[in-house]
Amino acid sequence: MTNTAAAETEPRAVVVEREMAHPPEKIWRALTQPHLVAEWLMKGDFKPVVGHRFDLRADWGSVDCRVLVVEPNRTLSYTWSAHGLESVVTWTLTPTGAGTHLRMEQEGFRADQQQAYQGAKFGWPRFFAALEQVVARIE
Amino acid sequence: MPATPDTLFRTLADPTRRAIFERLCRQGEQTVGALTARAGVSQPAVSKHLNILKQAGLVRDRHEGRQTHYSAQLRALAPLIDWTSKMTGFWQARFDDLEDLLKRMDQ
Repeated sequence: MTNTAAAETEPRAVVVEREMAHPPEKIWRALTQPHLVAEWLMKGDFKPVVGHRFDLRADWGSVDCRVLVVEPNRTLSYTWSAHGLESVVTWTLTPTGAGTHLRMEQEGFRADQQQAYQGAKFGWPRFFAALEQVVARIE
Repeated sequence: MPATPDTLFRTLADPTRRAIFERLCRQGEQTVGALTARAGVSQPAVSKHLNILKQAGLVRDRHEGRQTHYSAQLRALAPLIDWTSKMTGFWQARFDDLEDLLKRMDQ
């Protein structure tokens, strides 16, 4: 019960999660091999190497990215910069009995402020929690 | 003129500025002095942050005698809220495509 309550009050940025009937190793390939990434996300020259810069290209424009975290079959994180907007996309793969729980979180982040990364990491989602209360008052 | 999402992002990316804005959201109108007392930074720094928030349309000022009172403009957040719901839709569609790909990878 306490877990449920914690999940409900957990502050969120942009979060999408889904149970996938496939093992983490296979999903990891789809997240990291460029010819596979092109099939579900966008075309790009991704390499699973921390610090690697790459572009993701779509017909509406491109996204500048830089790899931040690579933990094979578990965690993948990269910056996502499009339309002048800086954010961080983090993929988390958790094995389940039937496959994998896949979670994507996109958080706001200012790239020119490396030392504030932890602050941004925790500060931004908390801000969104405040935002939700604010939105409730707008309506 | 409403601020664009990238202006709002940049404006709110600074933790101190965001904290000032959050306090105005929660506690209503306040003076620079009242905000400075709890911001942990100098009054000129708070004034500078308020000015940037004002340029983004996130706060409004009201002069009363020698005091300036600041209040949060919640409607200015609308582009940011739109952005988060658009991105959520984008990623949900990408998850659908990813799932299709995973099925095809089975052969």
